[in-house]
Amino acid sequence: MTRKQRRLYIVGGFMLIFATAAALVLMAFEENIVFFYSPTELARKMEQQPISPERRLRIGGLVEEGSVQRDKDGLTIMFRVTDTVEVVQVRFRGLLPDLFREGQGVVAEGSMRADGAFEATEVLAKHDETYMPKEVADALKEAGQWQGDHE
Amino acid sequence: MSMHYFANPARFTRLAGRIQPWAGGLAALLLLVGLYLALVEVPADYQQGDTVRIMFVHVPSAWMAMFCYMFLAGASAVGLIWKHPLADLAAKASAPIGAGFTFLALVTGSIWGKPMWGTWWVWDARLTSVLILFFLYLGYMALWQAIEDSQKAGKAAAVLALVGAVNVPIIKFSVDWWNTLHQPASVLRMDGPAIHSSMLWPLLIMALAFKAYFVALLLTRMRMELNLRRIRALRLAERTS
Repeated sequence: MTRKQRRLYIVGGFMLIFATAAALVLMAFEENIVFFYSPTELARKMEQQPISPERRLRIGGLVEEGSVQRDKDGLTIMFRVTDTVEVVQVRFRGLLPDLFREGQGVVAEGSMRADGAFEATEVLAKHDETYMPKEVADALKEAGQWQGDHE
Repeated sequence: MSMHYFANPARFTRLAGRIQPWAGGLAALLLLVGLYLALVEVPADYQQGDTVRIMFVHVPSAWMAMFCYMFLAGASAVGLIWKHPLADLAAKASAPIGAGFTFLALVTGSIWGKPMWGTWWVWDARLTSVLILFFLYLGYMALWQAIEDSQKAGKAAAVLALVGAVNVPIIKFSVDWWNTLHQPASVLRMDGPAIHSSMLWPLLIMALAFKAYFVALLLTRMRMELNLRRIRALRLAERTS
């Protein structure tokens, strides 16, 4: 074996070991790396043990169609976040991003309340990876080819 | 032609000098066309309106941020294993370019995130891994500065570059492996681009412009580094004579 070959194997082997170690660390910390829980994941967590109102977490999903209600004071907004399997009721007082609407992806940060609702302190909009001109979107809708705002 | 053909600095400098103006000219031309299309011709997005135009700078920057790192790691590996004299030089020259593109991707992403997501920054897997990439570039450059002996500095920096290479697939697949605020890939994905062709073409032109700019800048920096080495060698010879 030439010295070059030996160096090649050493570098290759080192990279392989390091990549494996990194993969194991990432898998171990998966719980901390996810930015938000889906309503299904949240339901599974609550089954295992109730989530204290002290604990701050983020939930993400779609704003359920027809679920948005504004309170009489005009500031508090109620909506349901769904992943089409489970649903979470969200309560929020504050400014919503421009992209917020029914059917839109959102990520809400806050805590679970005793009444089962999620009290959000911040709501972020999440958009999907599709980009197209408005005319194309309108044409697709007209032709009945629209896939919806989400994947 | 063997890999060591361009190990001769004079030969490399000659070839680099010939390619460089073409790469620079191509970059300028494509950037002009790409920016015109992106800012004027491309229609507004159905969801994001005119804000989508940030994509034409953000996405090519982010691609280049990762591409430069793969180049950096590749050159580092060639330097470590085959001891090619130009490999360390190429790696060293590419780091500030990569850092610049990463910075641009982070800043434009932030400017895009505020109106669309409602926040400048979140610690999701995609944004965090790109920030780590930026720090890797800075660390790599600092390591070169910290070690006087350029042979030793090159070796240490190359090891750091290879260790950091693990981060590149993490950046790419972060949006698929974990829940993130950042959306999944629009162009490089299994079932074809999710961008309408009227927006995809300008994006690809911009990406090509960035790539040509990288080539021009890389060659300039490598030639500059070679000249610096020559000056240093001449000074040393003068002092000892």
